[in-house]
Parts: sequence; C-alpha cells; structure tokens
Amino acid sequence: MSFDYTTSLGTAKFENPIFTASGCASSGKELSQFFDLRELGALVTKSIMIKPRSGRATPRMAETASGMLNSIGLQGPGIDIFLEKDIPWLQEQGVSTVVSIAGESVDDYGILARKMRSVNGVKALEVNISCPNVENRGMVFACNPVTARAAIEAVRRNIGGELPIIAKLSPDVTNIVEIAEEVVAAGADALALINTVLGMVIDTNTMRPKLAGKTGGLSGPAIRPVAVRAIYQVHAALPHVSILGMGGVTNGREALELILAGASAVSIGTANFGNPTATMLVKSELQELLIAKGFNSLQEAVGYAHRAESQ
Amino acid sequence: MTKHALQVLAEVVSNKKVGAYHHMVFSVGQMAAHSKPGNFVAISVGGPGTSMILRRAFAIYRASDRENGVGYIELVVAPHGQGSTWLTSRQSGDLVDLVGPLGTAFGIPTEPVRALLVGGGYGSAPLFGLSEILKGRGCRVDMVLGASSAMKIYAPLEGKRSVNSLTITTDDGSAGIPGKVSDVLAELIENNQIDIIYSCGPMGMLEAITKIAVEKDVLHQCAIEEAMACGVGICMTCVLPIRGEDGVVRMLRSCIDGPVVDGEKVIWDSKREIPEGTWGS
Repeated sequence: MSFDYTTSLGTAKFENPIFTASGCASSGKELSQFFDLRELGALVTKSIMIKPRSGRATPRMAETASGMLNSIGLQGPGIDIFLEKDIPWLQEQGVSTVVSIAGESVDDYGILARKMRSVNGVKALEVNISCPNVENRGMVFACNPVTARAAIEAVRRNIGGELPIIAKLSPDVTNIVEIAEEVVAAGADALALINTVLGMVIDTNTMRPKLAGKTGGLSGPAIRPVAVRAIYQVHAALPHVSILGMGGVTNGREALELILAGASAVSIGTANFGNPTATMLVKSELQELLIAKGFNSLQEAVGYAHRAESQ
Repeated sequence: MTKHALQVLAEVVSNKKVGAYHHMVFSVGQMAAHSKPGNFVAISVGGPGTSMILRRAFAIYRASDRENGVGYIELVVAPHGQGSTWLTSRQSGDLVDLVGPLGTAFGIPTEPVRALLVGGGYGSAPLFGLSEILKGRGCRVDMVLGASSAMKIYAPLEGKRSVNSLTITTDDGSAGIPGKVSDVLAELIENNQIDIIYSCGPMGMLEAITKIAVEKDVLHQCAIEEAMACGVGICMTCVLPIRGEDGVVRMLRSCIDGPVVDGEKVIWDSKREIPEGTWGS
C-alpha cells in the first residue's frame, strides 16, 4: 500500500505537507536555483502590504544561540508590483502558492483581500496579523482578540467564498487558544502557528540594542518548543481546524513533532537561510519517518500525540 | 545574482596560517568555473547539532577551474568569531557545506584602463584575482592595502607580483605609511591618472573612498560587507539604500544586487535611518 503524503488546509489541497514560511523564501525565484519549487507542498510568499515598503534600517539581524533575531519591517514591493511580477512568475513555473498579506489597519486587510479575490492560481491566503516588526508597535492585531478578529473579518468580507484564509498567529499572547477561537469565528479556515517570538539582543561592546529596530522576532530551533506547545494547545481546543505549523524545524524528526502536536502541514523558515535545500531534506526525512513508524498516511499522524493513554 | 549557484560538500585541500589570517583551499568541482572576482561563498559552520544556524560569507580570493568537474576555490579567513574560528580549525580532508558562487562580480572594462585597487584588511582577498584579469586586459593596476597593523595586511608574494605598485597603510604605523588608505588616495589617483577604483573592505572605508572618487570624478566599484543571514537573497537582512537609474532609492540586497555596487549610488550616510521615499527591493 502506498503512503499518502497529501494534506489540506481548509478546502485547499496540497501534494505534500512541506511549505516555506512567509518571509523566508521571498517570492520563490532565489530558491529556484537550488531545487524545483514544484516539489514544495506550497511556497508561502513574503507578507505583502499595500504600498512598496523599505523596511527598517540595518542592522536588521542578530544570530543567537540556535536562533536569530530579525527586524526586517516587512520590506517589499507592494501588492500591485507583486501581482504584476511575482505571481505570474510563480504561475508560469507551476508552483503551488500561498500568498501572505499584512496590513497596518483593518481597512488595509480589506483592500488586500479585494485585490487577491480575482487572482488565479493561488491556493490559499495567509493573513499575517502577528508581525511584531511593523512601525506601530501598539497595533499588533494578533495580540488582542478584538483586533485579531477585526482583521480576519475584513479579509473574509472582501475575499469572496473561494479562497481559504489561514490566520497566522503570534505566540506573544497570554492565551493563544482564545485568539484562535476568535479568528476561526471571524471566518479563518485554518491557522498558521507560530510567528516569531519578540526578543532583544544588546551588543555588549556598544552597550545598546544590537538591532536598529531595537526589538526583533526570534526564530529558529530556539523557539521550536514554543511552537509545539502552541500547536498542541490549539489542536486540543479546535481539533477540526487545520494548522500550518512552523517554528525552528530543520529536519524530518522536528517536523514530525509539529505533526504529532496537531499540524497538518509544516513551514520551513529560518532553516532555509542556513540550508537552501532544507525543505527538500525535511520532506524526504519526514516521509521516511512516518512510514517507519507504521503510518499509512500523513493524516493518521496529525495530532497523534493527543491520543488517549490506552492507545 | 549569479545564475550558477551550487550547494556542494567541499573538501578542505589545505589550510595555512598567513599573518592574522588563514589561507584555505577547497575542492568545489564545477563551481570554480563560474566564480569571478567579487563573488562570494556561504559556508555552514559548527558541524552537526551546532547552535550556529547561519552561514558565514567569504569573498572568493581565487578560483581555479581544472576542467572535467575539478576546481578549487581559495579563501582568506579571519578567525575573529566563533564561526570563522571553527572554519579555520578544519584540517585537510574535512568536508564543509559550501554554497556559491554568490553575488555580483567586479565589472571588467573592455578597454585597457588605469585601475586602482583598494583593500582593507582581508578585504584585499578578491583584489588579487581581479588584478590578474585586469593585467590580462592590458590595464595598469596600482594597489593600496590598509589595516590596523602589519599582521592584518594580506598581501602574498604572488599577489604583489600582479600589480604595478603596492602602497600599504597601517593605523599604528607598523608597516607602510601610518594612517588610513583614504589618506593616500587623492595623490595616487592624480599621479597615476586613475580611471577606475575597485575596492573591498569595511563600510566606513568604502564610504571614504566614494567621497574621494566623486571629488576626483573617478568611477568606483566597491564590494560591500553587510551582515548576512542567508547569502542567497531570501532573508532581507543585508540591505542598503541604493539609488537606481530611475532615481528611486531602494533597499537592495548586498548578497544578490551586490556585493559589488557602484559606490556613487549608495546612500552611505543612512546609518540606522532609512531615507525618505525609499522602496523595498
């Protein structure tokens, strides 16, 4: 019997569960010289905003123990140039694509969703409501159930019925289950867990914060246990909502942890920086592991860590 | 952006200490055939299970293609951090995960010109290979190397032979002229009627060279050193503001739109601030 590696997020179907994480693969071109992007379950684009955006000043990055801190500030070309240049290229290449959007106001999310509704060849829309790097620190939508809900509602109202919405949540909250329930009630079809964890590095030579933006998002293996915990908690509370898991996965064994916690698919983020073929490594290792453990499909393993003691 | 980047397990062929640096040779196969002066490689450090998750970027000192899939890349590595110290501890026969060639290369003029090559510290590394190519095109090549002290000047014998003149400056005066490379630049440009400057080194030095190049109306191609996480264009950390032909300033990635850029187009004085009206890449 052949192993079934396919997965789904809401109504969107994917050939395999290994995705890139938004902001960690640009819009695909750069990684395409190292492997065939069609081998990905999906390429998740960088989070696109309405206008071209410079992002923050440098230094934007600091390596930390088993991780890195970044403060990019959502540098990007803006939705119009993105739809004119990046999307047609991904379509020509036949890449399974999830577009990530990010806004600075509830209206922004509505506008971005309207621009996306007529775009063909996109499998799902990831709504980044949790980037801690944007200029307006007080407006992290994902950290408040009311604003998280408002952003997702704005997308739902404007997107039409077809395109599944994946709400990307921040781990920097007291109760991630509460936020998850709110965005699902607002119309999210799936959840992406987790975004980076807010952190800071102080340079002991200059004795000031190392990043120009002072704080930054921590990613990489250092945050994997936080991701596993968040996925486990949300899957326990909302077992029928599919989860795109991410957080420090660099190999198949680590991806399996997220799957067992309840993720239906796994995004590879920071690992791409250290190894441009990390996604392909994780994809083959995870499949081998699942087969070795006796699973007939990926689906059987999703949330398997939640089973009763007697099983 | 190079179109020929490869990821290979490269064998360390040799590792020799030269002053404050290590000269290392790696067997990289066909990667060498596509490597040009200015290009760089990104190497995984720390070995399995390491807590160092990001690659380290090194300018290619020299590349030699022996055909039939055999080729070598030489690097000059300063062991100043944990990652570079790990790399310089590798022995002949060890394997390292290496991605390259990456980034833009120095532009080579079609006519014989008078070129001045300026390097700071191990930033001199890519300039020797460049010098050989320029000499092959009939160019006159003068070189200035600067560092904090004599130990940190990287100028091997074969490198010295490839230039018409070599001027050395050190901050502490332990070799050559006491001072900075920028102190001797104006005179060298005038005396040798320089058409173009090629430079590689720390940002402050490149900024100072740009100022002089603009004053003297000399072209200036510089290889920038900005901290990188990936080296392949996906992490957006190594950006700097550069003015395009259309007048728009964009935050360009020094790994794929550089490291070699036109010094005059860089907005140098933007430390910790982004110029008004700047776009993303």
